[in-house]
Amino acid sequence: MPAKLAISYRHVVKCFGRLKAVDDVSLDIAEGEFMVIVGGSGSGKTTLLRLANRLIEADGGNITVEGDNVSNVDPVALRRRIGYVFQSGGLFPHLSVADNIGITPKLLGMPTANISARVDELLELVQLDRAAHRDRLPEALSGGQRQRVGVARALAARPRIVLMDEPFGALDPLTRDTLGDDYRSLHRKLGLTSVMITHDMTEAILLADRIAVMRAGKLLAQGTPKELTKSGDAYVMELLRTPRRQVERLNALLPESGCA
Amino acid sequence: MSLLADPRWGEALAHLPDYLGNHVRVSLAALALGLVVSLPLAILTRNRPAPRGMLLAFASIVQTVPGLAMLALFYPLLLAAASVTLAWFGVSFSAFGFLPAMLALALYSMLPVLRNGITGLNGIDPALIEAAKGVGMTARQSLLMVELPLALPVMMAGIRTAAVWVIGTATLSTPIGQTSLGNYIFAGLQTQNWVLVLFGCLASALLALAVDQLLGLVERGLRHRNRLRAALGCFGIAALVAATLVPAMGRSSQGYVVGAKTFAEQYVLSALLKDRLQAAGLSATVRSGLGSSVIFEALKAGDIDLYVDYSGTLWANQLHRADIRPRTELLAELKTALARDKITLLGELGFENAYALVMPGQRADSLGIRTIADLAAHAPSMSIAGDYEFFSRPEWAALQKAYGLSFRAQRQMQPDFMYAAIASGEVDVIAGYTSDGLIAKYDLTTLDDPRQAIPPYDAILLLAPQRAGDERLQAALKPLLGKIGIATMREANLRASGNDANSSPDAVAKWLWETANRR
Repeated sequence: MPAKLAISYRHVVKCFGRLKAVDDVSLDIAEGEFMVIVGGSGSGKTTLLRLANRLIEADGGNITVEGDNVSNVDPVALRRRIGYVFQSGGLFPHLSVADNIGITPKLLGMPTANISARVDELLELVQLDRAAHRDRLPEALSGGQRQRVGVARALAARPRIVLMDEPFGALDPLTRDTLGDDYRSLHRKLGLTSVMITHDMTEAILLADRIAVMRAGKLLAQGTPKELTKSGDAYVMELLRTPRRQVERLNALLPESGCA
Repeated sequence: MSLLADPRWGEALAHLPDYLGNHVRVSLAALALGLVVSLPLAILTRNRPAPRGMLLAFASIVQTVPGLAMLALFYPLLLAAASVTLAWFGVSFSAFGFLPAMLALALYSMLPVLRNGITGLNGIDPALIEAAKGVGMTARQSLLMVELPLALPVMMAGIRTAAVWVIGTATLSTPIGQTSLGNYIFAGLQTQNWVLVLFGCLASALLALAVDQLLGLVERGLRHRNRLRAALGCFGIAALVAATLVPAMGRSSQGYVVGAKTFAEQYVLSALLKDRLQAAGLSATVRSGLGSSVIFEALKAGDIDLYVDYSGTLWANQLHRADIRPRTELLAELKTALARDKITLLGELGFENAYALVMPGQRADSLGIRTIADLAAHAPSMSIAGDYEFFSRPEWAALQKAYGLSFRAQRQMQPDFMYAAIASGEVDVIAGYTSDGLIAKYDLTTLDDPRQAIPPYDAILLLAPQRAGDERLQAALKPLLGKIGIATMREANLRASGNDANSSPDAVAKWLWETANRR
């Protein structure tokens, strides 16, 4: 692979008690790539994601981030250089939108005035109105707005890598679609490396450069959506057939111009 | 309106700076100590279920110990500790007053602070703690920036509960020698001065409310990141402490300290002793409401300078003697024994305050009961009431043994209520005191003790070791010896149990001195 590697997993193992959550997984994510990891609940996809910024420590194998073996890097410093978007936001309820967004720069010791300017920049980037949202508490925001703040917070310290834990899963379909598209363009505009996990193959196909499929801790297949269709694995094929079947049924139910 | 016009409010008000100041100091010191211990423990054990469970169980057990008992337990505990440090390091400390009260109250404050602290910290959504890690916080930053702020409302609720508890319970620290608003309550209960009781309760309730509101201000300030509010609340608490320190510093030397136990006669006698010392140009203050076991130790340790005790009480409690001696022999032996502790038995006041079995006069006559021996036949169908210590004292065991007494029921009561109970027929016999004025008032009769089961209880004046060679003090006190007869003391006690302005210990003490000199 000619491009430089942002994240590389080599024979990674993680056990919780007797359960092998991640079982000998090797996966490379190139710089600038949008990787989506697909799997059901208990497939190990969340564990795999969190191993990258050491929210979970691996039991075996090697993980490198931008060439550094993560076990040799201070975990706190590592997390500050990697953006992380949490499921349904993970915003701190006692902090305003601005304070939530500015948290990592503050931890890094950036001067207050610079943080404030950076927060305004980010609000604009994630298309939130500065005057209306800056000083609100998270509870006063809609689900979609919260997730935009979550994305802004992940980007605040200008990371080159962003990890996303089912970021749009809990949103209504319309918001989810818009947010996905908006993030995809941010990813391109900022030249980010993004790793997102989801259980939804449709979302994965629409957003990803490449997709990795996990089941019971094992990596079943990886590749572009097209490459995946050539995978011989029955589970992967079944995952891919589902969106297509849904489209066919939708087409049958809704006439071509029905929505206009 | 007549209640408000009562002059005793003014009298109560005069003590307020002293009582309130001491109360604020001991409660806030206890609360501060409780917080300094409990909050770190709550934080340290938040992710460790086993020590957390043990800690909460310990705090809950502490809470089940009644306040009065807890405070009383700390006194002998510290006394023992003080003797150990004296033996090992050559330094001792006073186990009297502030220290035991503060430690016991601090222990009391721990449960709400621990429980709410732990509940608050454990109630935080784990996803938020994960998020704190994820954005790059260290464990310390996560605690300070996320966990503590989120747990703050629950934690502060616990701190406020603790503050109100401690301020309320501090009123019980009077018997172990810590001056507090409880001095009003104990004195008022003993001398049936309801104005004082009410005053003490109101003052401590208002203090609790004020501290609670100030803490609330601090909490809202912290929660809404409003520095002004938080600072205002902290300032309020600091001002409260500062205000109470002013009178304490102004009164640097308090002269001789006269002790008094928790009943009316003792309040009157301590006022009398204070008057005599002041008349001789000596400065003196009264520490009243001291527990009966605390007061002797306090004298021995030099925390108080003098007080009146009773020969039979010391015979049984300090010398642990169950045998009965004729009074002069008993007094001589007691004097020698006390001298071994360097305590001076200056002499007898002239009256005896012995336990006596007491019945309504008419009833005794109609049943033909004159002595305790006569009573024994009727006892199985009768009930008896005594004060809190009577039934566990050797006198009671001796009475039972000498006369084969066995009652249908035994009840413990506050001494002043005992007389009302027998007057209303609620109990048949009480273990009263021979010097009590209520015996005459309620037309009661004291039963003779032909087998001499009850030892003599001469009122005796005791001086602390450091006053053994104090000529001026002894000269001021000598005129009192042998001066107070039983009839005079009974009448004084009856006056003290009244509920008007003339029944204050000071007023009765003046009457007592004048009357004693006239007779």
